Amino acid sequence: MPQRLEATNDFVVKFANVNGSGSASANELFARCILRMGVPVASRNIFPSNIQGLPTWYEVRISGEGWLGRRGGVDLMVAMNPQTWDKDVASIEPGGYLLYDSTKPLPPSKFREDVNRIGMPLTEICNRTYKDPRQRQLFKNIIYIGALSALLDIDPAVVETLLGEQFKKRPELIAKNVQAFKLGFDHVREHLAGACKLKIARSDKVGNRIFIAGNDAAGLGAVYGGATVCAWYPITPSTSVAEAFTKHCQNLRVDPETGKNRFAIVQAEDEIAAIGMVIGAGWNGARAFTATSGPGISLMQEFFGLAYFAEIPAVIFDIQRGGPSTGMPTRTQQSDIFACAYASHGDTKHVLLFPKNPNESFSFAADAFDFAERLQTPVFVMMDLDIGMNDWLTEPLSWDDARAYDRGKIMTAEELEKGTVFGRYLDVDGDAIPFRTLPGTHPTKGSFFTRGTSRNRYAKYSEEGSDYVDNVQRLLRKLETAKTILPKPERRDAKEKTPYGVLYFGSTAPAMDEAMAKLEGDGIHLDVMRIRAFPFADEVAEFIHAHDSVFVVEQNRDAQMMKLLVNEGAFDPARFISLLHYDGTPITARFIQAAIAERINLNTHKEAAE
Amino acid sequence: MTYITKPKLRHKGLATNELGFTRRDYEGSISTLCAGCGHDSISSALIQACFELSIEPHRVAKLSGIGCSSKTPDYFLGNSHGFNSVHGRMPSVLTGANLANRDLIYLGVSGDGDSASIGLGQFAHCVRRGVNMVYICENNGVYGLTKGQFSATADKGSKSKAGGINTDSPIDLVSLALVLGASFVARSFSGDKKQLVPLLKAAIAHTGPAIIDVISPCVQFNNHPGSTKSYDFVRAHNEAVNRLDFMPAKAEITVDYEPGTVQAVTQHDGSVLQLAKLHQDYDLHDRAATIKYLHEREAAGEVVTGLLFLDAAAEDLHTHLNTAEAPLNRMGAKELCPGSAKLVELNATYR
Repeated sequence: MPQRLEATNDFVVKFANVNGSGSASANELFARCILRMGVPVASRNIFPSNIQGLPTWYEVRISGEGWLGRRGGVDLMVAMNPQTWDKDVASIEPGGYLLYDSTKPLPPSKFREDVNRIGMPLTEICNRTYKDPRQRQLFKNIIYIGALSALLDIDPAVVETLLGEQFKKRPELIAKNVQAFKLGFDHVREHLAGACKLKIARSDKVGNRIFIAGNDAAGLGAVYGGATVCAWYPITPSTSVAEAFTKHCQNLRVDPETGKNRFAIVQAEDEIAAIGMVIGAGWNGARAFTATSGPGISLMQEFFGLAYFAEIPAVIFDIQRGGPSTGMPTRTQQSDIFACAYASHGDTKHVLLFPKNPNESFSFAADAFDFAERLQTPVFVMMDLDIGMNDWLTEPLSWDDARAYDRGKIMTAEELEKGTVFGRYLDVDGDAIPFRTLPGTHPTKGSFFTRGTSRNRYAKYSEEGSDYVDNVQRLLRKLETAKTILPKPERRDAKEKTPYGVLYFGSTAPAMDEAMAKLEGDGIHLDVMRIRAFPFADEVAEFIHAHDSVFVVEQNRDAQMMKLLVNEGAFDPARFISLLHYDGTPITARFIQAAIAERINLNTHKEAAE
Repeated sequence: MTYITKPKLRHKGLATNELGFTRRDYEGSISTLCAGCGHDSISSALIQACFELSIEPHRVAKLSGIGCSSKTPDYFLGNSHGFNSVHGRMPSVLTGANLANRDLIYLGVSGDGDSASIGLGQFAHCVRRGVNMVYICENNGVYGLTKGQFSATADKGSKSKAGGINTDSPIDLVSLALVLGASFVARSFSGDKKQLVPLLKAAIAHTGPAIIDVISPCVQFNNHPGSTKSYDFVRAHNEAVNRLDFMPAKAEITVDYEPGTVQAVTQHDGSVLQLAKLHQDYDLHDRAATIKYLHEREAAGEVVTGLLFLDAAAEDLHTHLNTAEAPLNRMGAKELCPGSAKLVELNATYR
C-alpha cells in the first residue's frame, strides 16, 4: 500500500476531461462548493483550441492560507479521459490519489505503485440509471462530484444549495442533479470510505470575496465606466469581454420606459474594422472600446498610429495569449508588451494598464475610459488568458456613486460663442493636452479637419518640419502628464534591508505574493514593486536605483518588460535579472521561489568565494 | 470646392437659404487637386445640395479614407467636422461615428482604390449592416496620388496613360451594393451636375445606406483615348434611366407631368422623389431586375446612370440595434452607470 498524502484545505485536484462532455459546469460546481465551505480556491481551465473531442483539464487549488496562484503538481487526479491517462497518471505527486472509472478493468501497468487508486464503476452506474446517452454523459460528471464530496468531506447540503441556485430557472433539473450527486456520494460511503486523506474542513477564509473571471469583470467595468459603443471581432481569449459587456448591458442599460438600448454593440468583420469603429465613435464623443488578443493587436496597428497622432480616445482590452502568429491560442502569456507600448509605425508610445486580478480588471476597465478621454489617446488594458478566462477569488467589486466621468477637455458651444480661442492642437495650459470639439457643436465655430497627416496647432495641413516637431514633442509631453494620473506602482518592502528588488505585473501577482512569503520564511528578503501602468511612474526608477539587482518576473520569452524599462529609463541592463516563464501555463510560486533562491544563493556563494 | 482664394466679404446680393446661410457658408478650404478634376465638381455639387437643402453645416460629419477623393472633404462644408482616416477604412470609422451620434448626417467620401481595392471588405460590410449614410465613391479607375496605376474599377481592356492594357475584370460597386442590400443605389457623372445634385439631395434625405458611384475623370492619368473613365467616353456612353426631381419634406409639389411618365416615391423623412422615366420598363424597386439590367447594358458598353434602386422603407443599423433615440455621446453617468447598490447585488451572484 503506497503512502497516503494527508492534507486539510491544502491540496490540488485536477480533472482530466474530454472537451464538450459537459464537465466544465460540474467542475466549476466543485470549486464553488469548497468556496461555500469558506475555503479559498484558485481554479484554472486548461483547454485546447477545439470545441469537441480534444482533452481539457480543470485544476482546482485548495488553499486554506489563501494562495491563489497556480501551485503546480497534482494531489488528486480525477481521470476521466482515456486519451490522456498515461500523462495524467504520471503527473500525480507520490502518495497522491487517482479517481477513475473502474467499469472496464485496466492492466496493472496502467497504474503507479506510489499512487492510491480510487476506482468506481462510473459508466456502469450511469448505464444502470439512465437510458439517454446524453444524460449518461452529463450525469456522470455530477456523479463524480458526489463521489468527491464524500471522499473530501464536502457538506452535501452545500452542494444541494448550489444546485438549487444553478437551476433556479429550470427547477425540474434540481431533483435530477441531486439524485445523480447522491449516486456518487452513496457509492463512496458504501464502498470507498476512508480511501482519501485529503479533506475539506469548514473555514472562514473566503470572507465576502467573489469568484469571477477577469473578462466578465472587465465587461462590467466598461458598463460602469460609461462605455456605449463596443466593436469587436471574435478571438480567444478575449471574446468573453464583449460577451460580458453584452450580457451586463442587457441587464443594466436598457431604458426601462422605452425598452431602447443605451449601448451599441457591433460584431465587426475583422479587427481592423473593430478598432476603426471604436475610433470613429471616440472621435464623435462616445466612450468606445474593443477587446482582442495578439493577432488582433497586429491587425490594428495602423489605426493605433492614427488615434495616437490625431489624438482620439479609445480603449483596447488585450487579453494576451501565447504568440507569435496563432501561437498557443488557448494558453496564457504576457507577450504583447512591445506590440502595444510602441504600437504602429513612426514614433509612438501608448498608455498601458496592468490589472492584477478580476477586481482590478473591473476598476481599470472603468478608469481606462477616463484616462482615454482625459489624455485623448488609446489606452490598452493589458490582461491575459489566466486572469481573463479563469474564475478568480477576488475582492467584491465596488463603485463610488460620487464619482463623475472625466470627459477631458471638450470645448462647448457656449465657450466658442464667448469667443474662446480654439486650436485643436494648441496646448493652452501646459499639460500638453489640447481642447477638442465634438462634431455638431456649433454652426460656424470650432469645426476642424481630423487627419493622420501633419498639421499645425490649428489643425491646418502642414508639411513644415517645425510644425511636425512641435506637435510630436507635445505628444511626448502629454505622456508625462499621463504619468501623473495613471495608477501608481505598489511597493512592499522587506522586513530587513536588502540589495534585491523584484518587479512584476499583471497575473503574476498571486504567485508572487506566495513566493515572497515563502522566501521570507526561508530568510531571503526582497523588496517588491508591482508595475500597474506605462509610461512608468517615477517611483519605478527610484525603486530600481535603490537596489543593486532587480529581478523582473514576466511571462514571455524576450523579457519585454525588462527591455521596456531599460529603454525608457536608460538603465544598465546588468542591473536586471529576468525570470521568464512562457510555456503557456500560468506562472507558479514554486517557479519564482526556486529561481530567486537559486540566483541569490549563487551570488552569496560567489561573494563568499571571493 | 473653392479653387481660388476668395475674399471673406459677403456680397449683399448673395442668395441665402432658409437658415440665412449663403452658398459660401458651405464651402471649404482651397482645393489642392488638379485643375479640371472631376472630384472638384462633386464637391461643388455637394455644396449646392447642402445649401439648397438648408442643412445646418455643423449637422454634417464628413468622413473619408485616403487618396485624391478622400482629400476633398477639406474642400467643402468647412463648418462641418471632417475626418480623413485610414486607407480603405472610412466605412468602419463612419459606422462608429454614427453609432455615437445618430442625429448627424454622415457623408462618406471615398474613391475607387479606397473602396474597391483595399477597402472592399469594409465597403461590403457597412452596406450590409445598413449604416445610415451617404457613401460617395468618386470613381476614376485610377490611382491618382501615386501617378496612374489601374484601380480595381478599371474596365477590362481599358488603356492606361502609359499604354498598358488592363487585363483584370472590374469590380462594379453599384452591382455589389445591390447584392449586399443597399437601400439607395445610384450612379452619376461628375460632369452632369443636373443629375448629381438631386441624387445627392435624395441620398441625404434617405434613411439607410445610400451608395452613389460617381464617375469622376482623372484629368492627369485617365482622360485619354482608350480609357473608359474619360470625360469623352462617359459623355458618349452615358445612359440615364431616369431624371430625378427632389422635393423636400415640407415642399409643396407643383410640377405637372404627363400621366405615366413620372413615378413619385416618398421617403421616411417625408421627402418626395419624382422620377421622370427615361426607360419605360425600368423598375427601380426591383433589385434582381436592376442587377440584370445593369449587366446587360454594361455588356453593351453603356454607362448606366440615375437612381438605379430605391427601398424607401428601409431600416438602418440603429433600428436593428434598438438604440435609444437620444445620441449615445450625450449620455452621462446618470443614464449609463448602474451605481453601487446594483453592484452589491451583482457581487452576490458571484459567490
